[in-house]
Amino acid sequence: MLRFIVRRLIQVVPTLLLLSILLFAWLRSLPGGPAAALLGDKATPEKIAQLNTVLGLDQPVPVQYFRFLGRAVTGDFGNSLITGEPVTTEIARALPATIELSIAALLLAVVLGIPLGYVAARYRGRPLDTTTVIATLVGVAVPVFFLGYLLKQFFAVDLGWFPPSGRQAVDIDATHVTGFAVLDGLLTREFDASWDALVHLVLPAVALATIPLAVIVRITRASVLDVMGSDFVRTANSKGLAPGTVRQRHVLRNALLPVSTTIGLQTGLLLAGAVLTEKVFVWGGLGTLLAQAIERRDYPRLQAVVLLGALVYVLVNLLVDLSYAIIDPRVRVR
Amino acid sequence: MTSLLERRRRRVDELAEASGRSLTADAFQRLRRNPVAIVGAVLVGLFVLVSILAPWLAPHDAATAFPELQRTLRPDSIPGAQPGFPLGSDQNGRDFFSRMILASRQTLLVGVLATLIGLVFGVLIGALAGAFGGWVDTVLMRVTDVLLSIPSLLLAISIAALAAKPSQTTVIIAVALVSVPVFARLLRGSMLAQRESDHVLAATSLGVRRRAIVLRHMLPNAMGPVIVQATLTLATSILDAAALSFLGLGDGDPARAEWGLMLANAQSYLDVRAALAFWPAIAIILVALGFTLLGEALREALDPKGRR
Repeated sequence: MLRFIVRRLIQVVPTLLLLSILLFAWLRSLPGGPAAALLGDKATPEKIAQLNTVLGLDQPVPVQYFRFLGRAVTGDFGNSLITGEPVTTEIARALPATIELSIAALLLAVVLGIPLGYVAARYRGRPLDTTTVIATLVGVAVPVFFLGYLLKQFFAVDLGWFPPSGRQAVDIDATHVTGFAVLDGLLTREFDASWDALVHLVLPAVALATIPLAVIVRITRASVLDVMGSDFVRTANSKGLAPGTVRQRHVLRNALLPVSTTIGLQTGLLLAGAVLTEKVFVWGGLGTLLAQAIERRDYPRLQAVVLLGALVYVLVNLLVDLSYAIIDPRVRVR
Repeated sequence: MTSLLERRRRRVDELAEASGRSLTADAFQRLRRNPVAIVGAVLVGLFVLVSILAPWLAPHDAATAFPELQRTLRPDSIPGAQPGFPLGSDQNGRDFFSRMILASRQTLLVGVLATLIGLVFGVLIGALAGAFGGWVDTVLMRVTDVLLSIPSLLLAISIAALAAKPSQTTVIIAVALVSVPVFARLLRGSMLAQRESDHVLAATSLGVRRRAIVLRHMLPNAMGPVIVQATLTLATSILDAAALSFLGLGDGDPARAEWGLMLANAQSYLDVRAALAFWPAIAIILVALGFTLLGEALREALDPKGRR
């Protein structure tokens, strides 16, 4: 098991290295180079040349790359052009908001998605199944940001059940410990703050959860159907096991394997969807940072957020692979 | 348990039907009987029809602002339906109905071009990797894996953000590049499976040239999953392009009518006139749904497992 983990960890290294080369190439391929991008409208050939010397861009490309890599490894991605702060500081401040939102959305998708998919598979071909399948197909066709606005307009503006934007009401004087608003309220026993944060979380989480939910339902359904048709389930049935036992021990456990892979893959969608959802609900997380960076062409920030997104995605999928090996002993052998 | 006999009977029937028909003919047969495929095909067909006939269907031009509409524009109200303008005005006093119709062309263009570019490059890379194997395969697939390890919309954002001036071209390129690694991986996988197959072995032992084997025997047989993926990518391309527009990376030309762009631009007028967002959104959802249904049905029809 340990060898499997180590092997998988080593496999991540070349991926990250190549990713860094791509990002480096990306930064260099900016129109007019990074200096022109940094200077914006104020760019003159002299100023660009001057800034190139300051930034070390007059050095040979490999030298530049290793410098970039050296800084990146120590967590230095430069300063944001908007705020002048180190990008990493900004990200650290915004990260809890996005993690909180993503976890809420993922929980929603998993907790609703697996039972729904399972039930749909059990009642295959009945109206319940057909409705579920149609709903999942429509679910992935709706632009996330439009759904966010619909929810916001209907449940927040028209009905007033939920707050339309932000993470916490401004009049609540919440103490911040971890940056996770719901958790902070629990830790400091400010339960009203926790509740308020939770209420703010509902609409964005629902909007963000739609696509992962639809995907998880469909994969669970397909996977359960697949397992139900397999030989070992037939054997279990024919040796007289109680239907409930077969369903729990044989069908569900095996059917959940592909589902766990899907959940890992969904984190990528969540990160990207968070950018759109956060813009709609003025959430103030990584997505907001990224959206601002796009508007103002803040390349250092843009680059760091994208790299972080890729890193999280790679690591989560590594974790999923490892958990796979724990659930299914057959994987370890390969 | 009543289903056991039923299932076996059905399987025998299917077997009898399938015998003597090619995989494609068989797949087409099953497509025609699948309601999912029919609904998808109707939606896509309507979309293509509207976009072809758009210049004749639209009563007005997409870029012309009408003084009679502009006069009634207020910061808190945009005029709705009236004689000559079935869907009323947009935020700039242009005929919203004509813009909706004409936008179908642009949306189709974005979807098809983005998918086609992604498909061509993906197929090229995948075919090279799958046909040669060895170090070519290793190198190409390593790069592909890295691109796949960046969440697709984030990758599209970083590509689109490179453009000094965002335009429809940059949107198409960004959305297209994201799908390249997906197509490449997919084709490589099915090419590898083809390499091991008996008919390739037969062709090799008959002395058929390697290039002919790759182009005439392996590639056509490996394209099935890629075609399915392309149909699904048409839907995601249109959705991703809309998302890029929403983030401010879309075409900056206010005269351009494209559903994703219109939806993104209408977000600021939701309180004033929600219909400006509603109609493009419905159009996008229906088109994306159409391509998704068609893709799913194709996947099912081409799956040899269903052929038994």
